[in-house]
Amino acid sequence: MTQFLSLLLNGISLGALYALIALGFVIIFKASEVVSFTHGSLLLLGAYSIARLSDSIGFLPAVLVGILITAAAAIVIERLIINRLRGAAVISLAIVTIGVDIILLTELIRRLGSDILNVPHPWGGESFRIGSVGLSQNRLIAFLVAAVLIAAFFLAFKYSSWGIAMRASAEDGETAALMGIRQGRVSALAWVVAGVLAAVAALFLVGSPTPGVTPTAYAVALRAFPAAILGGLDSTGGALVGGLLIGIAEAMAAGYQDQLLFLGRGFSAVVPFIVMIIVLMFRPSGLFGTKELTRV
Amino acid sequence: MSEATVTAPAGASRAGGSAPAPARSRRSWLKPLLLVALLVVLLALPLYVEEFWLRTGFAVFGAIVGAIGLNLLVGNSGQLSLAHAFFLAVGAVSYTYISGEEGGLGVAELGGLGLPPIVGMIVGVLLAGLAGLIFSPLAARLRGIYLGVASLALVFIGIHVLNSWTEVTGGFNGRAAPNFELFGFAFANRDPELYVLGVPFREAERLWYLGLVLALAAYLFARNLLRGRPGRALQTQRDSEVAASVMGVNVQGYKARIFLVSSMYAGLAGVMYALSIGSIAPESFGLELSILYLAMIVLGGLGSVNGAVLGAIFVSALPLVFQRYADLIPFVGDRGSGGLAAGEAARFLFGAAIVVVILFEPAGLAGIARRITGRFRRPGGSVTQRPPESHGPTSEPTPSDPPAQGSTT
Repeated sequence: MTQFLSLLLNGISLGALYALIALGFVIIFKASEVVSFTHGSLLLLGAYSIARLSDSIGFLPAVLVGILITAAAAIVIERLIINRLRGAAVISLAIVTIGVDIILLTELIRRLGSDILNVPHPWGGESFRIGSVGLSQNRLIAFLVAAVLIAAFFLAFKYSSWGIAMRASAEDGETAALMGIRQGRVSALAWVVAGVLAAVAALFLVGSPTPGVTPTAYAVALRAFPAAILGGLDSTGGALVGGLLIGIAEAMAAGYQDQLLFLGRGFSAVVPFIVMIIVLMFRPSGLFGTKELTRV
Repeated sequence: MSEATVTAPAGASRAGGSAPAPARSRRSWLKPLLLVALLVVLLALPLYVEEFWLRTGFAVFGAIVGAIGLNLLVGNSGQLSLAHAFFLAVGAVSYTYISGEEGGLGVAELGGLGLPPIVGMIVGVLLAGLAGLIFSPLAARLRGIYLGVASLALVFIGIHVLNSWTEVTGGFNGRAAPNFELFGFAFANRDPELYVLGVPFREAERLWYLGLVLALAAYLFARNLLRGRPGRALQTQRDSEVAASVMGVNVQGYKARIFLVSSMYAGLAGVMYALSIGSIAPESFGLELSILYLAMIVLGGLGSVNGAVLGAIFVSALPLVFQRYADLIPFVGDRGSGGLAAGEAARFLFGAAIVVVILFEPAGLAGIARRITGRFRRPGGSVTQRPPESHGPTSEPTPSDPPAQGSTT
């Protein structure tokens, strides 16, 4: 029971991070109809800049600058490429982001080389205990920060003029444009927000219990893909639920891996994808996604 | 474009009804002549070229097969799939297991059926097709981008299986792939020793011909498939599912069947990959491979068989060529000397090429080739006007199409 609770806590904190990344996917999709495959390298970019800078300018400034760099990279991608392709087929847009991703990822991996960079989190690697249930402090702070960010995001999405503009253009781009909502600005802002969320997630993902900044951080972002998809690509609430679901499932599979040994070592990394396939089998547009209707 | 006129009768030429008749007749003998010349060059190459180029050539032939298959799925039927690496893996592993010998390798106990390699190849292709068929009901239900991400799952699950199922796959370190053999003739360095015109025909030379035959077969099959009824059905279905089903196209059925065909292509490409490398390892079949294949068809031109061939040549040969001529190309060199490693340089180039192609020339290399030939064809005419078939052979109705459409009803 203790183990179960501890795994549940770990799963929720991991899931909150997945939810942050998945929210990024979802708002980019809503604002510019792009499924962004650049997210993995954006995440790695955030982690890399934070780790590199914190040696020279200290931890907190490094975090801020790292977030800024990631957001800047996101907006450059949007302005230079995505914005020019408005109205292109979804598949071409996805492929173009893959192209950007290849470039960015190659450069980052080249810079990382074979050494492991560490982010000097001031909270260190200790764990936090309630009774006999333990959780690493990094993950606890991650959960709190993610919860605050997600709440702020949902409030902004609902009440701020940006949120209203964005929901309007996601609902019906043409009408929104006629009403004076600048589509380009909405889409650019969405990319910035997604970049910020990815960088924040990166900050915590490379801390305890995972070892430093390695190219595996990229694979983590890929595991947030199932989170976005199984919640429904156009549903922000879905991203939250999907993220938590994936996080918990992965933590459970990792915790009970001795019982799951017949499925092979490292099975937990595959679990998000299996969960996604199962959900998609029954609900092809995800749990909360808008069903596509065809009228003739 | 060139494909439309090579084998089709003159009446079916859709190079625009406005082209004057003399120009058409001049082309009609020029094209086959060029093709025959190309074939002769390809056949004679092993006599003159060193081993490196032949080995690269076989890898390229394998990539051509895989790229044609992926293009049928993504370019012609509009289903984005990132799972190509998975189907390649199925083909490669089945071949290695079925034709491989039993044996222990260190701690790992390897199984193997030891059947003739041709059986391994055929079963590998069939199993890859079966895997595609099993996945296709899910694929057919998912639209566009959902399918792209769902297919991502197959790659990761595939890697996991490759790492865990040691008896078959050799586990993390992989295992050696058996040499190919046809009726006692081994595609290896001996058995039998072979000299042609005084040139020793060793593994590389023999594999070159095998690759040429397989790639040619794959090419012709895809061309015929697309020119016939299934091709038209697929492209109608890609452009509008509703319109297609109103026209009597069984949309779900075609989606499933093209998934089957595409994954069989991938299976064959996987077998050729195993033969070309000589071994299989899980890390070869990661997401990166899927993305490389996607790069091939995008660079070549979505929906065009010739484009897939061009893209495959470009993407699969580039890193090898970079590696060989690292000291001649600026910026490329060893990691130590401050330059880019060959693989990195090639990856930068693919990434940039993908972005540039989608931004400026969505029809890819095939589109560029088409423009060049178009310039030759109509020197004084409308060069800037894009030919109607710029999105693949049949994406837009042209005057020559109606008879064929009539036959689908």
